[in-house]
Order: sequence, then structure tokens, then C-alpha cells
Amino acid sequence: MLDIIVSVLTRTIVAGTPLLLATVGEIITERSGILNLGMEGLMATGAVTGFIVTFITGSPWLGMLAAILVGALLSMLHGFVCIGLRANQVVSGLALTMLGLGLSGLWGKPYIGRPLENRMGHLYIPGLSDIPILGDVFLNHDWYVYLAVLIGLLAMFALKHTKAGIILRSVGENPKAAESQGIPVNRVKYIAVAIGGALAGMAGSFLSTAYSGSWNEGMTAGRGWIVIALTIFALWQPSGAFLGAYLFGGIFVLQYMLQPLGISPNILAMLPYVATLLVLLIYGLSASGQRRMNAPATLGEPYVRGER
Amino acid sequence: MMKSVPLEKTLRRTQHLEMRGISKSFLDVKANQDINLSIKSGEILGLLGENGAGKTTLMNILYGLYHPDEGEILINGSPVQLRSPKDSMRAGIGMIHQHFMLVQKHSVLENIALGYDDAPFFFPHRHLRSKILELSAQYGLEVDPDKPIWELSAGEQQRVEIVKALSRNADVLIMDEPTSVLTPQEAEELFGILKTMCADGHSVILISHKLDEIMELCNRVMVLRKGQLTGEAAIEDVDKGKLAEMMIGRQIANAYPKAHCQPGEAILEIQDLDVDSDRGLPAVRHLSLKVRKNEILGIAGVSGNGQQELVETITGLRKGLSGKVLMKGKPLNHADARRAHALGITHVPEERIKYGIVPNLLLYENSVLKRHRDTPFSSWIKMNYGVIKDHAGHLVDGFQVDAPSINVKVKNLSGGNIQKLILGREISAGPDLLIAAHPTYGLDVGATEYVRKQIIELRDQGGAVLLVSEDLDELFMVCDRIAVMFEGRFMGEVIPQDCSIEEIGLMMAGSTPTEVLTHAD
Amino acid sequence: MQIDLLPRERSTGLQNLTILIGSLLAGLLAVSVVFALNGVNPALAIFSIFRGSFGSWYGIKETITKAIPLILIGSGLALAYKAKFWNIGAESQLLVGAIFATWVGLHWGPHLPAPVIVPLMFLAAFLGGALWGVIPAYLKVRFGINEIISTLMLNYIAAEFVKFLVVGPWKGASKGGYPYTDDLPAQAILSHFSYSRISPVLLVLAIIAALVLGWIVYRSRFGYEIRVIGENTHAARYSGINFFRTSLLIMVVSGGMAGLTGAGELMSIHHYLSYPETISAGYGFTAIIVAWLARLNPAFTIVSGLFFAGIIVGGDAIQISMGMPAATVSVFNGMILVFLIMGDFFISHKLRIRTGRASHA
Repeated sequence: MLDIIVSVLTRTIVAGTPLLLATVGEIITERSGILNLGMEGLMATGAVTGFIVTFITGSPWLGMLAAILVGALLSMLHGFVCIGLRANQVVSGLALTMLGLGLSGLWGKPYIGRPLENRMGHLYIPGLSDIPILGDVFLNHDWYVYLAVLIGLLAMFALKHTKAGIILRSVGENPKAAESQGIPVNRVKYIAVAIGGALAGMAGSFLSTAYSGSWNEGMTAGRGWIVIALTIFALWQPSGAFLGAYLFGGIFVLQYMLQPLGISPNILAMLPYVATLLVLLIYGLSASGQRRMNAPATLGEPYVRGER
Repeated sequence: MMKSVPLEKTLRRTQHLEMRGISKSFLDVKANQDINLSIKSGEILGLLGENGAGKTTLMNILYGLYHPDEGEILINGSPVQLRSPKDSMRAGIGMIHQHFMLVQKHSVLENIALGYDDAPFFFPHRHLRSKILELSAQYGLEVDPDKPIWELSAGEQQRVEIVKALSRNADVLIMDEPTSVLTPQEAEELFGILKTMCADGHSVILISHKLDEIMELCNRVMVLRKGQLTGEAAIEDVDKGKLAEMMIGRQIANAYPKAHCQPGEAILEIQDLDVDSDRGLPAVRHLSLKVRKNEILGIAGVSGNGQQELVETITGLRKGLSGKVLMKGKPLNHADARRAHALGITHVPEERIKYGIVPNLLLYENSVLKRHRDTPFSSWIKMNYGVIKDHAGHLVDGFQVDAPSINVKVKNLSGGNIQKLILGREISAGPDLLIAAHPTYGLDVGATEYVRKQIIELRDQGGAVLLVSEDLDELFMVCDRIAVMFEGRFMGEVIPQDCSIEEIGLMMAGSTPTEVLTHAD
Repeated sequence: MQIDLLPRERSTGLQNLTILIGSLLAGLLAVSVVFALNGVNPALAIFSIFRGSFGSWYGIKETITKAIPLILIGSGLALAYKAKFWNIGAESQLLVGAIFATWVGLHWGPHLPAPVIVPLMFLAAFLGGALWGVIPAYLKVRFGINEIISTLMLNYIAAEFVKFLVVGPWKGASKGGYPYTDDLPAQAILSHFSYSRISPVLLVLAIIAALVLGWIVYRSRFGYEIRVIGENTHAARYSGINFFRTSLLIMVVSGGMAGLTGAGELMSIHHYLSYPETISAGYGFTAIIVAWLARLNPAFTIVSGLFFAGIIVGGDAIQISMGMPAATVSVFNGMILVFLIMGDFFISHKLRIRTGRASHA
């Protein structure tokens, strides 16, 4: 029994890792007022890029770097269309998803089913990693797991306690006020979109170079859409992303483990989406709730500067 | 091209600021023409004028938001280039807009840290807290640095804006209509703060159209009218009557010819109406009025005194709290524009582009907005576009709408033509009551004339009209009676022929008719 | 040299068409670049795609088969988008329609003649899709919940529910362990034109639906109110339009059309309910581009639906002939959609390129 619990917890942390990375990315993007529905496509592109570069160079770190770069670049297309051309963010995000899924399929075709020799390494701390239970659950993962935690903590800190965080949040809440204080609103938005894409790319490369060690079309399996849900579930707070990512990751893990007990995996799989709708509903019931929900005030609205 | 001195050299405190020969046009509208302004430290300068007189444009130039077509700005005698708000801030100029530039969800600290150059990257709040508390104590600007903005009253939010400006070392503070959102008590507190600041060597430019506060607060006053400087005086040399005259202009145009008709029965009757504003503050208080057949009732007043809320309540866009609104004896079912329309009310809205039209629909489609459910324009589920196009054609001809065809998007028409279209639509419905809010605001002379004549014609033919306007000339030329609204109440009612524009000006500033009479003696 | 972006005061039909075609060509060019970078001859690939879909009778028939659901869904989406109601839940509205139709077909089908059961299944499917569509509309007007998010969430909920049904309670006794329901009774199956998979009933239904919805948007009172709401909510309030009722009705139609499509696919193509990816086949998402390319005019989805059906069929063809992955179609769709929305910018703005020094410096 203990074995099972340890295994579930360990796998939960692993399953939550890509969700955490990409959700933090989407939170940063949405905080600037830009909705990016293209996360699924960005993750897929990141996954294939990470795989190919790792496969060719043999270095999963180079693979991660490449995935980050490609994710940021591709999401800048969304940035250009939404910020520069002030186009509809919903449609642009969907286009990005299609494009990302398409590109990843096209690029990854020759690599389908080929195993990776060098996966991302594990962190091993002599002594600590050997502690029974605790060591197994928390200190025996690959680098992505710890990087994700680090990035999440950094985002938490930066959003609250740095000037960059204040600027980012202000741009999403009231771009006019930010502009009147001399903040280059559009540049901030571009940066936020690029960071979001970079983290989605990184989440993708985790899937292909650490989690499974292979590339398959459709391997993101809807995680990009869960990220959109998680962003709301987290109430646009990185701290909420931690909770949500590991919770939803746990649901992933439990899906098939509980089947013998008569619990349908499909009903379990619905939970993240139902939970997100419930969060929206609970906060939507009252005006004060809508304020506490903390959605960026200008999310999805194109920003048109005044004169000049 | 003027030579400019690097901003750093002006970074000592701004003792003397000067704008010379400033002109600025937007398309064909001359917003500012050759305006000179100067202010020294310790001074409070009042900038007085009606809406659209060019006050805000002039100040936006000073704040680096607009660039003047001509003219120069000097600080302590040296010319400076103000390309952006950042330049202006560095030059010691701060501006507090009428609509506060604050992030509602963020704390006071976060709002002040935004764009504050000297704040450290990490933990900017900590650094600022002491500075804010220091400024607060120095000028009596009480603010709680950790409260989110939305929890603050309008007065407190304004204090945050002042602290924000001061924290950026603003020596010259521009305040755009600062009391328009304040309660009288908050306004008094603000005046106290501003006086303290000036005693300390700051200077303030106060944009206002309220005579009282100019008289109370300023050392000097400049009056703008239609983009030009029409007067400048030390405050000791003027009184309220004189200021009203300078602001409004001496000439009162002659009234338009009107048919002599006896007002008929009451069409609209309002008894003891109370309405709240969006902010939940009382906007209309215990107000009663009557508009009769063959009559134009004008409502004069500075905007923001409850006129908008009154109009919205009558037209079914807002719920009244208590009191009665009777249209031809029938109670108006509040908050339902269809019902108001069915009872014979039509409405030329204040924000005509926002409410009155659908910019991306074609002219003929806009010609039946709100009437689209009436026969003959639609039957059951079908729109009768043949009939609608004929109707649009009649409107364009009958109301002199200058449009290439009825098949153009309305957003491509000029403001004047949009207004003629709206007016035509609302008048051609044959209303029992027309409510027109600022119907000629921003229109050129020809269109203005035309719109006014159409309103009079409607009245001559038996309609009742409620005309809300800030333009006193217009009210004098058009109305049969004028009621003056101030802080949600009627201060008094006058017959245009028996009254001077100054009397109304004083009532607009909150004096009751008796006070006005004593003043005139 | 200086490039100015100016708002375009008016745009003619010809300009719009030019920009539309320009966007499509630019999209194809971008796809070509992607192909070329990937070592595929772009001219050959694009040619093969259009040969696969429009170059043979078989291709044309398959294209029409796949255009039918795209037109049905796309026309309903166009109507909703016209009111700026961003329904991206067509995928699941289709599935719920299919669930309703399956239940009716399996329970009542065996006892009823074809002329009764077929319309009944369509009706049930329409209601199912409408129900699934009204939920986000209600959540939006009553609680201010963003419809993009709610329709997205409902997509996944419905998909998991279908999986639950086909592996669980509805699993067919005759399917030997596969996650399918039993076959619909013969009278609930739509016949095809010979040597094709085109159902005449569905073909007529799709064309009529697109035209009727086009009429509704541009000629009916409901359509007038839809367009007023979409273009200016303030003016909608000013003119006394009932926002609540109209929004719900919009989603009844939009969701209902997707639901109807679910029944059609089931009765004409699949004959039983199976995994959601099989039933909806991504039509709900592709139909979004179909509506966009039709410039949100439901009637035009007949053309844009055929175009994207062609890309789907052609995409399948080059999988076989050139060994390209299934995802190639997504590259096409995504790239074309990106350029379409970029093109929109140039419908409302124009570029002015000036040479020499800027005059107002």
C-alpha cells in the first residue's frame, strides 16, 4: 500500500510539471492582457523541437533551450497579430494551435517511435535522495521538475515584489494608466507573450525528452487546453498554479488506477474542466466575487494607444 | 525648429513656467490658437472655459501627450521639448486627469511605484512607503499605502494621484476638473491641501468651469473660449458675474422665430425623483418637472450635475430609486428602453457615437435603430428593407444629411451628419416627447443652426421637448422655459426673455435665485 | 522612407475580395516556405492536395461529403460570431447532438418508420446541441462568465462523457468488446448517392441551412438585432434590444446546428456512436475557419466549407502519395487562418508609403 502511495505521489509531481510550467507562462501572458489559446500548439512544437535537437546533439539541455526559443518565436506570431495588428485574440490563438500541431507533426514525422538515448538527467543528492519515501517522492526527479518549481516560485516573487511585476500587472489592468506613467505598453505585452511561449515550449520539451523519451503526434494530449483552464483555476496567481498543476496532475495519475474500484476514468478526466467551470461560477455569483477572482481587466481587448 | 536645452539642466526646481504662442489643430478644428500662459512658483492659476474651449488640449500639450503645431514651452526661461509624459515629469510637471489614471485592483503603493524611476527593482514598495508617509504628513494627504484603490473614495483616490505626482517631484501640478467627482467636504479638504502645497513653493494650474472654486482658490485666472484666450486677470479684479461674462461671451444671439402657441397639457410629469449614479452616489435628488405639449423645457447646468442620470431614467436606460415618472399619465416602466419608446419618447443621446448609432452598419440600417420592430419597418420576423431604404432616403433629404449614399457605413459620416441622421430618425418617429441631450455639442455652425431649427419645428407642431445643454446661448435661443440643475436639484426656473445669462451662470454655480438677485443689486 | 498606417475610411467589395484572395495566397506562400524548409517540393505538395480533392470524381465526392458538416456547423458559428458571441464549443455541441440522436435512434428507431425516426433524430440532435450551447450563453448573460472559456471546458466534458458512454453503459452487445454502441436500425440510416458517401438529405439540408441562416442574419429582425449587439452593445441597450433573450436564441441556433451535424454524421457515415475524435473529427474547430473565411456570412460557408473540405481530403491524399503526416492539414488551416486575420487589418487600415524625410518632424 505504501508503495502505491509513494508511486502515486511521485508520478503526480511528474505529471504536474508540464502543467505548472505552461500555466505560469499563460498567467504571465494573460496578466499583460493578452489571451493565448495557442498553448497546445506551442507545447507540441516545443516537444518536437526539444526531441529533434536532443536526438541530433545528444544534449537534452540544448533540446530544452531550442524548445524555449522556438516556443517564444512562434508565440511572437500571435503577439504580432494581436498586439501589432490588434486582431481577434481568440481566432489568432486557435490558428496558433492548429499551426503548432501541424508544424510539430510535419517536423516530427521522421522521428516517430525512435527512442531517445540521452534523456534529461535526474538530480541526485547523495544521502538526501536516499531517504525513504521523502527522497523517493521529492528528490529523485529530473531537472525539469525542479526548474518548474523554481520558475513558479520566481514568478510568484516577481509578480508581487518587483517593479517588473507591477508593470506587467498594470499593463493588463489599465494600459492607459501605465502609458501615462511612461510605460511602453506594447513592448511589455510582447515580452509577456514571448515568455508565455517560451515556458510552453519548455513544457513540451519536458514531455518528449524527460517524461516519455520519444516523440509521437498528439503527445501533448490536450494539456495545452488544461493549461487554459488551470490559469483560471489558479485565479491568475502562480501560487494557484502550483496547487492546480499538481492537483490536475494527480487526477491524470489516478484516472486509471481507480478504474478497478468502479470509478470511471472518463468521469475523473472531466474533473479539471468541471472544477474550472465551478470556480468561474462561484466567483461569478457576486460582483465582489468577480473582483476577488482577479481576472486581468483588459484580458482579450486590443489596446489602441492615444495620439502619438 | 527651436533649440532645446537638455532636460537635466532644468532639473532644479521649476520656478517659472511659460507657454508661448501655442497653437494646435485636430483635422479642421482649431483647439488652441496662439495661447500664452505663464505661472510662477506659489501661484494657483485658474483656467476657465466651457466644454470644448480648449483647456484640456492646452494642458495635454504641457503634459507631453500632444505636440503643439506652433509655439514653445520654457521652464525657468529655457526652452524645453516635451515629447512624452516622461519628459514632462522630468521637467517637474505633473497632471491629474479628470478620470484618474489608477489601477483599481492595485494598492496605493503599487500605483505609485508604477513608472517610478527611482524605485529599486526588488521590493519597490518598501522604498516608497517611507516617502509616501513623509509626503502625506507634509501636506496633510492622508492615504493608507496598502489599501487597494477600489476601496478608496473619489477624494482619497485623488490624494493618491497628488502623492503620485509629488513623489515624482512635480513642481507644477495640473488638475483637470478636480472637484467634479468630489463631495463638497472633500473639495474643501482638497483646497486646503493645494494651499499648503503652494505655500511650499509648488504651483497649480486648475482647469475648471466652476466659478466658485476659481474665486476661492486662484490667484489669477485665464479664460478660454473656442480655442482662444479671451481674458486674463488677477482674482482681485474680477467677480463671479464678470467671470461668467468672460466665459460665456457677451453677445446673446437672438432667439429663433417660434410660433406663438399656448403650451398644452402635460406630456411628461416627474414627481420627487431620486436617482443614483453608477458610483452609487445620489445624482438626482427630489426632482420634479413638467414638460407640456408645444413646449421646450431646457435644462441648464454644468455637466455632471445629474442631467445624464435624469435623461437615462426617462428614456428607460436607468432605474430610478423613488418618485414617479409619468408619460401621458402612464407610469414609465423603468429600465426598459422599448417601453419608453412605445409610450412616444424619442431620444437624441449625449454620447451619440456610443449610443445613438452602430458605426459599422450601413446608413439605412441605422435609420431605423430602435424603430426596427415597428411597422412598416418590419413585419413578424422580416425586416422590410425596401421600406427602410425609402425611409432612409427621406431622412437624408429631409434632414440634409450629407452622405454619398444610404449604403455607406455610418462611421464614415462626419459628426454633424451623424447627428442630423439621429435627430431625423428621432423626430420622424413623430414623438410626443423628444429628449435631446447636448444635441449640438461639437457641431459646426451650419449643422448647429439646422438642428436647433428642427427642434423648434417639432415643438411648433405639437411636440414636447426636453433639451439638456451646457450651451447657454442655445438654451436662450431655443427654449420656452429653462430650469437650472445643480447637484441633482433644480436651483430655479427662468423664462429666457426675462433673464440675463449671468443670472443663469450664477445658478449653475450653485446659487439660488434669491442669492442671484442680491448679487445683482 | 516612412510607412504610415492610416484608418481606411471605406472599403469596397472589390477591395475586400482582393484582400481576401491576397490573404489566401500569402497563406499558401507561407505554407510553401514551411514545406520547402522541410525538404518537400511545395509546388508539388500544394498541387497534389488540390488534385486529391478536386482533381477526380472520387476526390470531389469526398470533398462534398466533408463539406456538409463544415457548412452546417460553420453557418451556425457565423451567426453567433456576428453577435460577437465566441462559441468555440461546436465540437461538443456536435457530440451532444450525436448522443441525443443515438438514444432516440436506438430506443425508438426499431419501432418507427424512416420518415418518422429520421426527422425525430434530427430534432433530438438539434435540441441536444442547443441545450449544450445555451449553457454558456446563460452563464455569460447571467454571471458574466466568458463564453470562450466555458465553451472550451464544455468541449472536454462532453468528449469525456461520450467516452464514458461508449466504453460503459452504452457499449454495444454486438461489437465484440470495441467501444462502440450498437448499430442504429436500418430505417435510421441515410442513403447515399451511388458510389459516394454523400447523403442527398444532408446535402440539401446543408445548402438550405446556409441560405436560411444567411437570410436570418441579413434580412430578419432577429438578424438585425444580432448585428446591432455584435457591433455596439451600448446601442443595443439604447434601442431596447433584449440582450438576455437574443443571446440565448443565438446559441440555440448555433449549438443546434452543430447538434444537427452530429446526427447527420451518425446517420450517414458512422451508423453508431464511438470515440469522440471519430465522431466530431475536428469539424467543430475547422468550422471556425470556415466561418471566418466566409466573412461571417452564413451563406458564404457553402464556398468556404468546400474549400476547407478540399484541404482535408487533399491532406489525406498526400499522406498516401507523398508520405506526409496527417498534421499537414493543420499547417494549412493554421497558416491560412493567421493570414486571414492579418488581412482583416488591411480591410480597416491602409498603408501609405512615403519617400523622403517626414514632413512634420
